[in-house]
Amino acid sequence: MVLARIATLALGLALFGTAGEAQELRIGLSAEPSAMDPHYHNLAPNNSILSHVFERLIEQDEKQRHLPGLAESWRLVDDVVWEFKLRKGVKWHDGSPFTADDVVFTFERAPNVPNSPSSFAAAVKGKTVKKIDDHTVHISAGSIAPLLPNDVASLLIVSKKHGEGARTEDYNSGKAAIGTGPYRLVRFTPGDRIEFARNDAYWGEKPRWEKLTFRPIKAGPARVAALLAGDVDLIEDTPTADIERLKKDPKIALSQGVSNRVIYFFVDHAREVTPFARGRDGSEIKNPFRDKRVRQAMTKAINRDAIVSRVMEGVAIAASQFLPDGYFGISDKLKPVAYDPEGAKKLLAEAGFPNGFKLTLHTPNGRYINDVKVAEAVAQMLTRAGIETSLEALPPAVFFTRASQGGPNGSPEFSFILVGWGPATGENSGALIPLVNTFDRAKGAGTSNRGRYSNPEVDRLCQEALRTNDDAKRAALLARATEIAIEDVAIIPSHYQVNTWAARKGLKYKARSDEYTLATHVLEQN
Amino acid sequence: MAAYILRRLVQTAVLVAVMSVIVFFGIHVVGDPVWLLVNPQMDQRDIEAAIRALGLDRPIWEQYLYFIAGALEGDLGRSFIFGEPALRVILERMPATLELAFAALAMAIVLGLPLGLYAGLRPDSWASRTIMAGSILGFSLPTFWVGLMLIMVFAVMLGWLPSTGRGATATWLGITSSLFTLDGLRHVLLPAFNLALLKMSLVIRLTRAGAREALQQDYIKFARAKGLAERRVVGVHLLKNILIPVVTVVGLEFGNLVAFSVVTETIFAWPGMGKLLIDAIQSLDRPVIVAHLIVIVMMFVLINFVVDVVYTVLDPRVRIGARAA
Repeated sequence: MVLARIATLALGLALFGTAGEAQELRIGLSAEPSAMDPHYHNLAPNNSILSHVFERLIEQDEKQRHLPGLAESWRLVDDVVWEFKLRKGVKWHDGSPFTADDVVFTFERAPNVPNSPSSFAAAVKGKTVKKIDDHTVHISAGSIAPLLPNDVASLLIVSKKHGEGARTEDYNSGKAAIGTGPYRLVRFTPGDRIEFARNDAYWGEKPRWEKLTFRPIKAGPARVAALLAGDVDLIEDTPTADIERLKKDPKIALSQGVSNRVIYFFVDHAREVTPFARGRDGSEIKNPFRDKRVRQAMTKAINRDAIVSRVMEGVAIAASQFLPDGYFGISDKLKPVAYDPEGAKKLLAEAGFPNGFKLTLHTPNGRYINDVKVAEAVAQMLTRAGIETSLEALPPAVFFTRASQGGPNGSPEFSFILVGWGPATGENSGALIPLVNTFDRAKGAGTSNRGRYSNPEVDRLCQEALRTNDDAKRAALLARATEIAIEDVAIIPSHYQVNTWAARKGLKYKARSDEYTLATHVLEQN
Repeated sequence: MAAYILRRLVQTAVLVAVMSVIVFFGIHVVGDPVWLLVNPQMDQRDIEAAIRALGLDRPIWEQYLYFIAGALEGDLGRSFIFGEPALRVILERMPATLELAFAALAMAIVLGLPLGLYAGLRPDSWASRTIMAGSILGFSLPTFWVGLMLIMVFAVMLGWLPSTGRGATATWLGITSSLFTLDGLRHVLLPAFNLALLKMSLVIRLTRAGAREALQQDYIKFARAKGLAERRVVGVHLLKNILIPVVTVVGLEFGNLVAFSVVTETIFAWPGMGKLLIDAIQSLDRPVIVAHLIVIVMMFVLINFVVDVVYTVLDPRVRIGARAA
């Protein structure tokens, strides 16, 4: 009798306890945002967290497809000018109404934030924004720009009233951090936590949580421990080594989703002699990668299924091209290249390397999930096929400096590298143009083409795509460019990353392909 | 005394200058922060604009001269990452580190001193042997491993204490600290213990060695022969004499705690200077690294100076002016 009463009491307390807690959501982040100014630092951790406070004209859903945000609709009025109809009745957190003036102001402010290490200039420059009436704006790039909505979808809109003359410090202190979003910024304590409170006057669906607390916990094991200890409700970037154990834990629920990030290898396409490929006896040889058969041999020598199942412990998808299924502009004809070590050896022999050659693979250490382990596995696979590959892992800061400009005249230094790419535009031109278009400073093409691949046909198809407003035609052009580049082994794709969020039982995360962690994507389930 | 202070100041200036040259040029050799700062989607011209905006397009010696010119006016540059003055970024995080170091030191003394004394007074008992074995573990176990174990046991398995982070703060006597709230104390307990473990072992060993040595001395034997209570013999005559080396070492160790709590702060996601330093190193945020090290050098110089002065107070035989410092 007494026992039963205690049990009831305990149950009541437990229920009360969860009901009380459920008003707050605490999230453990793997990377820390550097500011609360939405235009200060165009980088994922900032863009992700500021999506709670500010909103975009066009939002992206979890697969980066476009959704109406602060704009209810948008369309081309002629070949060049896009018309955006703004949502009516939207209020800033201080109660003042959202109008076209705020949009015009945002486009003025975004590229001109002082001390910004990575601004939104690329998304904004060359565009003119014209207010038609309070709830209509015309945006034009001066020429045909089918990707204009993608640029618009990257820019968070700020209030003119609070943003005029405001510096980054004013956003960090919360003074200028007045948005239209579902949450208001309460406090930003760098290194420690970022707190938000519900915006009860939000125009959209009422936000679920009264309070949000984001805490940067960079060390993976510490992040998992914080979740297991109940100090946070959700963590992002769950270390792959912990996933199996967390799966078995009845108090934890995992959410996984494929990311838009492909992990791939670049070879040196350009130089006549490449420094890290030598003969078996260490002598200088001609750059072997200029022979397509060598590149084909390398892609055949890589066992992608083994990388996925062993190195990534099943948490990845074998890659055939730049972006996984479902993205705009990909090719549906391409399949991951099958593992064929014998075929690889034969191709090497045909190319004049019956005894293979020596090669060094360079990889960043800690930039991508299990990057060094993947590189180790690939080095072994290539060695088995006859290319004696050694590995050099570098801290990301060192790796990217040298991989981008470590060679003579600021050219890429390495011969063979592991890198990853996820296009912010959420469609294939955002991968093709920076990665496999000819490096051209003036045109802004091939920016991250660290293999200096160059193929006039790929360039032409991509440039034509950029001048094609018709979606179906543009998608076909990009798919064709992809097929040519992949057939020519411009890059050697390995796998698409799969991201894992871990939450306490009862919560589910709608996994986003852009790797953002948003409280609005946390669902409750029982 | 004035000559001594002047000499010290000159030495400090030289030290800071040499250190800043090494760090400044060393980081430049390591790599270019721009490639981690910029959004990879930016095109070449925007990346070059970012490089220019940070002043990284200038030759390194020119960047250094620019830095020196600013430093002489008290401006140590702006953080590449946060865009705020590096010194402010560091000072913002200083209270968290100071309170962690303070809590760790208090723990090391409060636990280490009695344990060491006990081990010194009864060296052959099993409890003493356990204490000494424990102190060897405290010396030799890697901090990051102990930290993770503490989290696993006390936060994950037992659920007694929070796993990571700093608790709520309160202001008392004009000082804002998390040591003034219950939540804050709960948060500080594990990281402080992790940080204290090594220092505690040090205090135990110093106290024990001191006690064993002092017990052989005539004045202790005399005090006992006089029939003084054991409490007075140990608590006054013994403790007073063995405390001097302990206080000296502990004072210097405080500097170490503040400067090098990197591992503990990282594991426990403690928002202090150590975590800032490691983040800054990873992202090559040069202004923050240089400013951080300058602050640390200054702190050590100050601590050493204070220790020297305290010596003269404690021991009249020591004269500062005569020291070849």
